[in-house]
Amino acid sequence: MATAASDIDHGHDDHDDGHGYAHTPPFFVRWLFSTNHKDIGTLYILFAILAGIIGGTLSGLIRWELAEPGIQVFQDSGLFGHFKGFLAGHQGYEVAATAHGLIMIFFMVMPAMIGGFGNWFVPLMIGAPDMAFPRMNNISFWLLVASFALLCTSLFVDGGPGPGFDGGWTLYPPLSTTGNTGPAMDFAILSIHLAGASSILGAINFITTIFNMRAPGMTLHRMPLFVWSILVTVFLLLLSLPVLAGAITMLLTDRNFGTHFFDPSNGGDPLMFQHLFWFFGHPEVYILILPGFGIISQVVSTFSKKPVFGYLAMAYAMVAIGFLGFIVWAHHMYAVGMNVNLQAYFVAATMIIAVPTGIKVFSWIATMWGGSIEFKTPMLFAVGFIFLFTIGGLTGVVLANAGIDYSLHDTYYVIAHFHYVLSMGAVFSIFAGFYYWFEKMWGVKYNEFLGSLHFWLMFVGVNTIFFPQHFLGLQGMPRRTVDYPLAFAYWNHISSIGFAITTVGMAVWAILLIEAAVRHRKAEANPWGEGATTLEWTLSSPPPFHQFSELPHIHADVH
Amino acid sequence: MRRLQSVAFGLIALCLGAAGSARAEDLLGQPTPGAIDLQPGASILKHQAIFFHNWILMPIITAIAVFVLVLLAICIVRFNKRANPVPARWSHNTYIEVLWTALPVLILTFIAIFSFKLLFAYHDMPPPDLTVKATGYQWYWGYEYPDQKIPEYDSNVLTEDAAKAAGEPYLLAADNALVVPVDKTVRVLVTGADVIHDFGVPAFGLKIDAVPGRMNETWFKAEKIGTYYGQCDQLCGVNHAYMPIMIKVVSQSDFNTWVASKAPAPAPAAPAASSAPAASSAPAASSAPAASSAPAQPQKVAQAPTAALR
Repeated sequence: MATAASDIDHGHDDHDDGHGYAHTPPFFVRWLFSTNHKDIGTLYILFAILAGIIGGTLSGLIRWELAEPGIQVFQDSGLFGHFKGFLAGHQGYEVAATAHGLIMIFFMVMPAMIGGFGNWFVPLMIGAPDMAFPRMNNISFWLLVASFALLCTSLFVDGGPGPGFDGGWTLYPPLSTTGNTGPAMDFAILSIHLAGASSILGAINFITTIFNMRAPGMTLHRMPLFVWSILVTVFLLLLSLPVLAGAITMLLTDRNFGTHFFDPSNGGDPLMFQHLFWFFGHPEVYILILPGFGIISQVVSTFSKKPVFGYLAMAYAMVAIGFLGFIVWAHHMYAVGMNVNLQAYFVAATMIIAVPTGIKVFSWIATMWGGSIEFKTPMLFAVGFIFLFTIGGLTGVVLANAGIDYSLHDTYYVIAHFHYVLSMGAVFSIFAGFYYWFEKMWGVKYNEFLGSLHFWLMFVGVNTIFFPQHFLGLQGMPRRTVDYPLAFAYWNHISSIGFAITTVGMAVWAILLIEAAVRHRKAEANPWGEGATTLEWTLSSPPPFHQFSELPHIHADVH
Repeated sequence: MRRLQSVAFGLIALCLGAAGSARAEDLLGQPTPGAIDLQPGASILKHQAIFFHNWILMPIITAIAVFVLVLLAICIVRFNKRANPVPARWSHNTYIEVLWTALPVLILTFIAIFSFKLLFAYHDMPPPDLTVKATGYQWYWGYEYPDQKIPEYDSNVLTEDAAKAAGEPYLLAADNALVVPVDKTVRVLVTGADVIHDFGVPAFGLKIDAVPGRMNETWFKAEKIGTYYGQCDQLCGVNHAYMPIMIKVVSQSDFNTWVASKAPAPAPAAPAASSAPAASSAPAASSAPAASSAPAQPQKVAQAPTAALR
């Protein structure tokens, strides 16, 4: 949080402006062979939007199916009784739920936050001309496209019981080995392998960039918190993804090459997969939310016109969350029959995470406290984030307790919990960042009324979807079921109404995008005024094609 | 700001309203339409879980959520651009930072005391009076009574029409229930035959995975005669939604009658009773079989040594 704009020697910016655009490469070279961090960031964001539409459509099918008891959408004769074979029957429902999870995690949230905002703003915020390895940056993106193509393909090829893989995003064997014998699962494995490779390359790129390419005077403790959040996130990626890669490689060989890593009848252990998976999977959920923490810190500070409260505690709280994220994995496995002392350890370790998380929430509020807050759309999403993420965190404290988890594990309570932290936490922070940097990225202004309308519709919509799911979970409704007993009908119906409201909200967002493109109001370099102190606001909007050919010098330390 | 508040109040009102309408008549042993709380308990573990949830966890998390909401509301009212045109510049306060680190630690420690108590209660099974084995198959349950020599029988979901005809809840009712006596500690051995399933019965607070190649155990002691429903709680493939668990809790004499109707041949009662050595897994304090126990089915206390289970 260094660098008030006035502290920076930016006489060279005009110089950049003049020349940058002149050297913009032609269309295909620019977008297919891109090595420019901003262009790659844009590609990632467009990719995330596309994947989000597909993943969101799948969740729409799920909510439609669950709107009332019985089978409406996923009939044996095909989707709605049409499109024979594709997403047909009970199998189709599980395939849709599986794909929804994988797409939202690997192809929507991660690309938007790390690939999109990370690529765009980490170099800008640390005063670097580009990422450390621009070509590797390019291949990170295109690997992800290939990965997504493989995952979409898997929806159409034979899974065993029908087209697509139906074992859930957690890929538990034996359902993912002997339970899904067709090639759909192999496509999914290869897809995750490629996505993992993409993320590992990206992680290496970010670590090198942040450690080696900070502008003079930009010490680690002066970096904006968003850069800190990306730094912690990519370390989590680097350390956790190889474990996932190992686990799914063992799945692949179990399925195709006669190994028995997870086959109990030949000395293997299906629970070993769960340990490996969650050793990746728990850091993964922090990977999904940590960049959001960074975005929220920037937004709250900017619109409160105050420096972030407790900068160092905020940075090291993220480091602590990242570290703790690696030692709590088996709290996803309380029901597998683990030793009771081991469960007690995981209860204790998991609850400790509430401490650094609490530090973050209270520090955001303390940042607002005494500020002069302007409630522009990014700030609306940020305040919404703080409250809804708090609720998600608190239900996380409930679930951390193995004793109560025996009543709630694998019910809709868990669904509600992780959608409060992801569908509201991560997604709200993505939208906060999207609006916060809208002018910077696209060079045009968005319509403030449509932005806040989008926020309110979405706020009401997602709460209507997910708050009632707590009740369903408390009453014991299992997750991942295509049909449910009559008693669960009431809250499921409300929940599906919430989806409709959210859809209207997303339509408003689409209108906002079109409106901004058509009206084409020219963006300012810094639309947010005195509160926006990070380096990206010293550049034009959009920034020149290449920036900081003369490095800025950071003198002041404002926190 | 007002909008935010009204949304929050709306949510709270929604909860309270629904609570008022639902709480009084929550059904025992199955979900209640529109209910918003945990299913009522019919065993000691679930009672303890409900206490922990309703009286420890819920007040704490509700208080914290309301506290955060109030702080946000104050920020929104007092520190908006109009009310406070000049922002403060401070960004540190060591005391409050120590406070909001230490206080959560204390709260979590308080929660942990009750949490560990409940966790260890789950894993501290009293000497069992009856052992049943539940095996998960795609997509039905198989139940076996090793001591009563009742061979495994299948428990399939009742079709919608059959459930309607029987007056049973569809997707919760099964054709053959698991039958156990009331007020007896029932040990449930759970395993999976093909993929991982999960034996979940909300009224007893049970949830344990049925993992192939592994024998998990859990227990319950039903307090009331009646029918209790659960479902498979672990995604197990296409018909995951269609493998319910139905447990009929009956009186000891009804249970004995049921066992007699199920048992294939008269069991060699006398040797079995005398050969049960004093309990390998638990103190044999309550090993005396229930008074009404029919001579044909003496209750053995301990069978497979626990060590073999894990």
